[in-house]
Amino acid sequence: MVAVTAEAGPDGSSAAGDTARSPDLPAYNMAVVRQFTLATAFWGIAAFLVGVIIALQLAFPVLNLDLPWTSFGRLRPLHTSAAIFAFGGNALFATSLYVVQRTCRAPLWGGPSLASFLFWGYQIFIVLAGTGYVMGITQSKEYAEPEWYVDIWLTIVWVIYLLVYGGTIVRRKEPHIYVANWFFLAFIITVAMLHIVNNLAVPVSWVGAKSYILWSGVQDALTQWWYGHNAVGFFLTAGFLGIMYYFVPKRAERPVYSYRLSVIHFWSLIFLYIWAGPHHLHYTALPDWAQSLGMMFSVMLWMPSWGGMINGLMTLSGAWDKLRTDPVLRFLVASVGFYGMSTFEGPVMSIKPVNALSHYTDWTVGHVHSGALGWVAFISFGALYFLVPKLWGRRELFSLKLVSYHFWIATLGIVLYITSMWISGIMQGLMWRAYNDLGFLQYRFVETVEAMHPYYVIRAFGGILFLIGALLMIYNLYRTIRGNYADDQVAAYEASQPAGAGAPATA
Amino acid sequence: MPSKSEKDLYTGQATTGHEWDGIEELNTPLPRWWLWVLYATIAWAIVYFILYPAIPGISGYTKGVLGYSSRVEVGQKIAAAKAAQGKFRDGIRDSSLSEIRTDDRLLRFALAGGKAAFADNCAPCHGVGGTGNPGGYPSLADDDWLWGGGLAEIHATIRHGVRTEDDDTRISEMPAFGGEEDATLTPEQIADVAEFVLSLSKRATDGAASARGAPLYKEHCASCHGETGRGDREQGAPRLDDAIWLRDGSKAGIVAQIARPNMGAMPAWRTRLDAETIKMLAVYVHALGGGE
Repeated sequence: MVAVTAEAGPDGSSAAGDTARSPDLPAYNMAVVRQFTLATAFWGIAAFLVGVIIALQLAFPVLNLDLPWTSFGRLRPLHTSAAIFAFGGNALFATSLYVVQRTCRAPLWGGPSLASFLFWGYQIFIVLAGTGYVMGITQSKEYAEPEWYVDIWLTIVWVIYLLVYGGTIVRRKEPHIYVANWFFLAFIITVAMLHIVNNLAVPVSWVGAKSYILWSGVQDALTQWWYGHNAVGFFLTAGFLGIMYYFVPKRAERPVYSYRLSVIHFWSLIFLYIWAGPHHLHYTALPDWAQSLGMMFSVMLWMPSWGGMINGLMTLSGAWDKLRTDPVLRFLVASVGFYGMSTFEGPVMSIKPVNALSHYTDWTVGHVHSGALGWVAFISFGALYFLVPKLWGRRELFSLKLVSYHFWIATLGIVLYITSMWISGIMQGLMWRAYNDLGFLQYRFVETVEAMHPYYVIRAFGGILFLIGALLMIYNLYRTIRGNYADDQVAAYEASQPAGAGAPATA
Repeated sequence: MPSKSEKDLYTGQATTGHEWDGIEELNTPLPRWWLWVLYATIAWAIVYFILYPAIPGISGYTKGVLGYSSRVEVGQKIAAAKAAQGKFRDGIRDSSLSEIRTDDRLLRFALAGGKAAFADNCAPCHGVGGTGNPGGYPSLADDDWLWGGGLAEIHATIRHGVRTEDDDTRISEMPAFGGEEDATLTPEQIADVAEFVLSLSKRATDGAASARGAPLYKEHCASCHGETGRGDREQGAPRLDDAIWLRDGSKAGIVAQIARPNMGAMPAWRTRLDAETIKMLAVYVHALGGGE
């Protein structure tokens, strides 16, 4: 690829110069958005890499290396936390701080130093949590593994996030608050509440890592899944819907499909989601009434979730043709499609007889990843591809062709991942419950493990494809930041210029 | 930046008149199908909450019209499953182990039940199919038995376990012959005994050492393991004259075992499994290949 080193394109702006374009725009803090953007890309690779490693460990247990630090039990939370909090969290910080400034026409509240604390404070949280996992320090609560000292640190960072974000909204110069900000704000407030309540614990000593959670027994289980499910609901759904509501209309250059739908689906989503956690505890010691509530609130959640999908997809009315030419928009739209798929699958899996088959199987793992890879990661990729040229003052990305490769390789990876886990999970569930004609269990447990092996290999392969796609993105973003343009972009740029440069004029 | 509501050219919908960073919103009404499905799920929830336990109160919760309880349901399912196996289970209960062996119907049931129970309870140590595992987990598929391979012996071993708290547990203890200063045998003597033990299975390579070990073996080991290493099932003393080793059969392994013996344990399964299941397990293990 011959790269043309170019300064900012004709309509581009310099890195610091959002102000250059329109004199009445305030001096936005884009430095911290750039930091969070780079961190998103970095932690994304880390999360996908550890994911591939543990997928391979499940297929080939010898890769645990017989060392405590590299065992599946320690690397699994490293993967989930890196994906959710490091990759997803940094993506949310980057996009929310970008969106809130631009849609409020106000710089970040608290100034550059507070924003800088937010960035470094959050990275310290990630490193503290991750090093703890590898050393075996955990409070054994899924997606809330970090011990008390990390929890307190995150609480401080998060409260400052709320102040910076809320303060910017309060100082906005727009009369109304844009819908993306409702979702970001709901995400920030609810995650604060979830994090604090679920992590209430008594440290054994002030100099040791160990603590005991305040809750015990089924109360602890319910608190944990109230947290766990709403981490999905508010971190990975509400927050990322905030991303969707800005970047989809922006990239498609179309108005949002329905303001009314956004109001209704926002409030119904916020109200219903918080009750759905008990569906993680079907057929357990949790009382039947709580299981009923969890199941039916999950079912009622179906349409409120789909409201976001409808608004995302229908915003493309009049711009569907752009999907052919713009792979960045393709990422954004495909992510909304995966979002719709997994928010339908979720309510189905929460129905008790379905859950009796799916629970504890790989089906759950596949479901989570259709959301995590298809929705969360894809919309983040779309946002990164949108943001990086803007943040570094480049006219366009280094190569749209590479974005297209990334899209198809990653999509193939997701399809392999989800379908192998569907088959493996349903097979696993059916094998567990199979009885022979004399009323005895048909299969030994180890036979179910043996039967899953080929699907574990396929899943790992899907993960490898996803990782390869992300590495292409890193290269593409790196060259974009360097100010390079690949042949396809140069050609497209020349074609878009009026005749005279030798290129045909477009109609 | 506020602006006036305008008509979107493509959809014909009016905008709300709001604008943020270039983004506008259409004032499209809620899709009717979306609204009706939302209403339908809410209606379903209301019906479900009436039929099933749902609404918590101060000191209880609404039980629901159907009177459903997952605890009662699982109890019923277990009872129904047991009832379906009823006449077989009764047959197992009322028959002796040898009667089960000779009754085709009961034998088939016992082998199936034993296989399922073995997979869940025994296979982690003894291996699938009773092939045994290194490190002291004996094979159950051959005719080399520590505590006896007849139906009754196997049944007793499963019921009472090995080296447990059970009053009738299988128990024996091999002394440690080496280790501390006041050990019974010196390291050289232990090496000689080990060489002699190797000679019992015709593997000795040092005739002189083996000869030195012979009297020591006779004095310290033969009372349990037998003069020729035949072993003693009454005491659970393993045979030493065959090629089957519960643990490491190399000279170093034998030296280690004489100096500081490892002795395995097995749970007394009568505290965990019902009597019929243990009978079926005995029949199943007996049929794995080595039953006597």
